[in-house]
Amino acid sequence: MAALPTYYKAEPASQLLIEPLDAMTLVYHRRSGTTHMVAEPVPEIIAAMRDDIVDAATVVSRLLANFDLGEAGKAEAVIAARLEELADLGFVQRVSASA
Amino acid sequence: MHEFRVQVGPAAFRIGSRWKQPLEQLTLLYADYPKPDIADFTVRLDAPSPLRRFVRRQVAIDGDYMLPDAVPLPFDQALLAAEMGMNLQMALGWRRHLLLHASAVERDGRALIMTGLSGSGKSTLSAMLGLRGWRFMGDEFVLLDLVSGAAAPFPRLISLKNEAIGAMQATALDGKFGPLMQGTPKGNIRHLVPPADAIARMAEPAQPALLLFPRFGYPGAVREVAPGENFMRMTQASTNYVAMGEAGFTAMTRFIKSVPARAIDYQDGDEAVALVENLWDRLA
Repeated sequence: MAALPTYYKAEPASQLLIEPLDAMTLVYHRRSGTTHMVAEPVPEIIAAMRDDIVDAATVVSRLLANFDLGEAGKAEAVIAARLEELADLGFVQRVSASA
Repeated sequence: MHEFRVQVGPAAFRIGSRWKQPLEQLTLLYADYPKPDIADFTVRLDAPSPLRRFVRRQVAIDGDYMLPDAVPLPFDQALLAAEMGMNLQMALGWRRHLLLHASAVERDGRALIMTGLSGSGKSTLSAMLGLRGWRFMGDEFVLLDLVSGAAAPFPRLISLKNEAIGAMQATALDGKFGPLMQGTPKGNIRHLVPPADAIARMAEPAQPALLLFPRFGYPGAVREVAPGENFMRMTQASTNYVAMGEAGFTAMTRFIKSVPARAIDYQDGDEAVALVENLWDRLA
């Protein structure tokens, strides 16, 4: 049986202060009081998630509207890996499929 | 305990000492500074053990904020101990500004800020500029206002190290110097009282207009510092960035985005002053 996709929800926009600098973007996470320096595609992923519960495929389809991501299948694996990292950082939360 | 009080910029200190002599030195060097009624911080200079009050005397730095593992200094470095104690209180305890480990000078109401590791020359440069038409604001901490972004002066005694001692003795002929302390953890140290206008105007802030990362001992060069690198270096240069939370983030990002930043290399003081003047005319 194929593994169920993991779903994620971004931190509410009110919890993140985002300051683009140059190649880096600063993100201050109010809940943890931590400053993160991130590069693309992290700010783009957070923006694409909006306030919805999404999986990697949905994020990819939303990003494709504005960016050239190359091959969709490969892009999904990349975005899925980034989402897992963002979940570890506390920027996004994993949401169980039954929720 | 003997007691001495002094106001440096917005911070008021009370220094208690087991011995009278270190406070007599402080009284002399801080003669023109205001004396506050209420202190923000207390520093205590005491012997690490009863024996060391009398025999091979040593000074341990204690106070509201302290480092438990700090090694006591020999008694003839008690003035340095007092200065280190005051710096420690600021670094660990100050919460009314975003604190940058940097020196600053002012001209026309705007501030030039210089930051770098110990030995970069930021202290000497600020002292030299203070004798050449700039107002000396401080050689150790720059205090950024969380609302306005202005830099508040913190013009404590100028801490000259090693080669800078001779250079400033030759330049600041009327300067009031403290005792030469040899063999301190940072080499030879001698304190210099800041120029009179630096003390008289210590409550007068200035808006930051240029940030420099000086580096002494390399052929003259200027390099632009990108905002990302700048942010990383400045958060490392701030002792209270993490403690200040969102207010610190907001103040720091505003500083990074609004103040042009350059790294400068130089081999002697005159070269550095010329570089600084040139950059100030072009960028500030």
